[in-house]
Amino acid sequence: MTRELLTGNAAAAWGARLAEVDYLPVYPITPQTEVIETLAQWTASGAMKARLVTMDSEHSMLTAAGAAAATGARVFTASSSQGLVYGFEMLYTIAGWRVPLVLLNVSRALSAPITLEPDHNDILAARDSGFLQIHAESCQEVLDCVLMAYRLAEHPDVHLPVMVNLDGFYLSFTREPVELPALEEVRAFLPEYRPLHGFSASHGMAQGVAVLGGAGYSFFKYQMHRAAEAALTAHDAIAGEFCRHFGRCYGAVEGFRLDDAEWVIVMSNSFSTVGKAEVTRLRARGEKVGLLRLRLIRPFPNQEIEWLLGNRRAVAVIDQNISIGKGGILFTEIASALRRRTAPPLLSFIGGLGGRRFRSEEFDAILTALHAAADEGGSAEPTLLYSESEYQQVMEMLRIAHGGTDGSRA
Amino acid sequence: MRREVYKGIKDIPRQEYLAGGTGLCGGCGGLLALRLLHKALGPNVVFVNAAGCLTLLAVFPFTPFHSSWLYTAMASAPAGAQGIRDALDMLIAKGRLSAADDLKVVVVTGDGAANGIGLQATLAAIHRRLEFYYFCYDNEAFANTGFQFSPASPFGSQTGTTPVTPSTPGGTALHKQDLFKLWHAQAPAFLATVSPAYPLDLMDKVARAGRATGPKMFISLAACPPGWGVEPSDTVEVAKLAVETGVWPLKEVQDGHVVHTVIPTHFRPVEDYLQGQARYRHLFEPVRQEDILSQLQHDVDRYWAEAEAAPAGASPRAAAQA
Repeated sequence: MTRELLTGNAAAAWGARLAEVDYLPVYPITPQTEVIETLAQWTASGAMKARLVTMDSEHSMLTAAGAAAATGARVFTASSSQGLVYGFEMLYTIAGWRVPLVLLNVSRALSAPITLEPDHNDILAARDSGFLQIHAESCQEVLDCVLMAYRLAEHPDVHLPVMVNLDGFYLSFTREPVELPALEEVRAFLPEYRPLHGFSASHGMAQGVAVLGGAGYSFFKYQMHRAAEAALTAHDAIAGEFCRHFGRCYGAVEGFRLDDAEWVIVMSNSFSTVGKAEVTRLRARGEKVGLLRLRLIRPFPNQEIEWLLGNRRAVAVIDQNISIGKGGILFTEIASALRRRTAPPLLSFIGGLGGRRFRSEEFDAILTALHAAADEGGSAEPTLLYSESEYQQVMEMLRIAHGGTDGSRA
Repeated sequence: MRREVYKGIKDIPRQEYLAGGTGLCGGCGGLLALRLLHKALGPNVVFVNAAGCLTLLAVFPFTPFHSSWLYTAMASAPAGAQGIRDALDMLIAKGRLSAADDLKVVVVTGDGAANGIGLQATLAAIHRRLEFYYFCYDNEAFANTGFQFSPASPFGSQTGTTPVTPSTPGGTALHKQDLFKLWHAQAPAFLATVSPAYPLDLMDKVARAGRATGPKMFISLAACPPGWGVEPSDTVEVAKLAVETGVWPLKEVQDGHVVHTVIPTHFRPVEDYLQGQARYRHLFEPVRQEDILSQLQHDVDRYWAEAEAAPAGASPRAAAQA
């Protein structure tokens, strides 16, 4: 084991290297590119015994990844934002092939307007595809997630591809101390991939074949759903094993100062670090507030969430995404996981779109709203976090663009 | 052109790798060509398919192949071939698969996927010098969806989206996209047109392709009985007429030059090919559309005149003398 300062992207690349993957179909996109450049260095130098091929698009990249995994290779690939949605058709397709590959997504907000900084509309758009999803908060967790993702994907009860998510810029380009386990230690946790089936001369296989009629189609889709459900149990077992091997323990969700919390804020990914700092600040004021961080978003840990959030005085879900015309995606998912009898009042907040930073005042306001909701009940209508100064900033840009006159058109 | 492996009809193996009784249309020219291709390739093959008529070969829980099959999507079968080829190479190199388990990777798509949505993935695979075969069955339309215009649809033909109306009396107004030229520009290791009506020519080309390393590209004219409006029993005859009239030149690229492998000693008039097909009936009834018919004949004549004038080694005459 060594300890190094690594970016989230480098930590992800180390995950693929330590997993001893065979194949790396790639295509560059900001902010993911550092991942594939790192892997290209290692495959070129021989440090990594894998073949890396730059494909002509993410659609082709995902097709090659799925086809190689169907053949029996251990496959890693990575994308982000526009790339992920460009290859969208293949997400559903290769999940349907039941191939256990790992796809890293470095979150970045979707066009239009075209931008670079993160939110989660890219990865959450893929939530119905059949890919499992693990969302990471720190660089260490990125590395650990990649290793656990292979165990989960290759688990005989699961056999579904897994996406690991990290936030672009805030995590992808942030250096943090990361413990790099020795290869021998990783091998003890993650043995060589032994495929259940693949293409070969001695074993013909028809894969991805058509079905005619709803009975056949439903049969396969229900199997996928059952496999994803089984992944909840498998994840706990694999995370437990990881904990014993490496001393770092992960659950489907992470609770932060939850035990006696009356007010809970739900977040995910790297901005949870900001949320935890705010919780600590508010705790110092005597507020009984805690944070629930979602890690495993597919399969969605309904029961655990019900257990952790039920009977709190009020819960706020902060979504770093927006379902236009509805609101926060994770708010909807959390709401559906709660039972009427124990469900606390729920509030929805949208923030962090396109990398927008959270402010302490906003957490104060969320807490105030939670107090009010305890008496008045929750609301399905999302609150869109935005400050007067941000609005003025945009108006100022428009004023300058209009040659110094005021922001509005004459 | 002198044949090397498949010199007579008895050289074609009796072994069948493609079982009968598939859900495809009777008389499918694409299926017949695929059957011959498979005989020449031998048993150890994985087909990588894009959305099209032949997708219906493997319908759960049946496959007509002893070999393997992967249906991908419409746009990316060549990328699927890349993934399989690379995985086989890596697994063999790492000793997790024996060399005897290796497979020939063969992309199978229609002209719709080949000429449009899948062209980028194809040109990229050729650029990467991927070791694979590409077999395009060209029925000159999106036939699986009921015969709509594709970039491979010929000028003057009727399709579901280029209907014959008083203001569009000729049906398809665009000329067939030259996929052979598009592929040729990327310099694949092997490139040929074939026809199921010329099995020895087809299989000999597959044998020659097998000696080349890299992308091996085939385009087969594939008569489509329901789309073209011909009897299933006539598809071979129609395919023959396409060659005998010069409409479908059988050719291959050798040393960078296009060489014609079957050259009619006497070119029949293009009308002989058109007349039997319902998709061209509007050119003859209720009145003959002389302008379109002469344009079609002119296009064929010009093609062969240009082939004749091409540099040595490329001309039909030179090839015929070889």
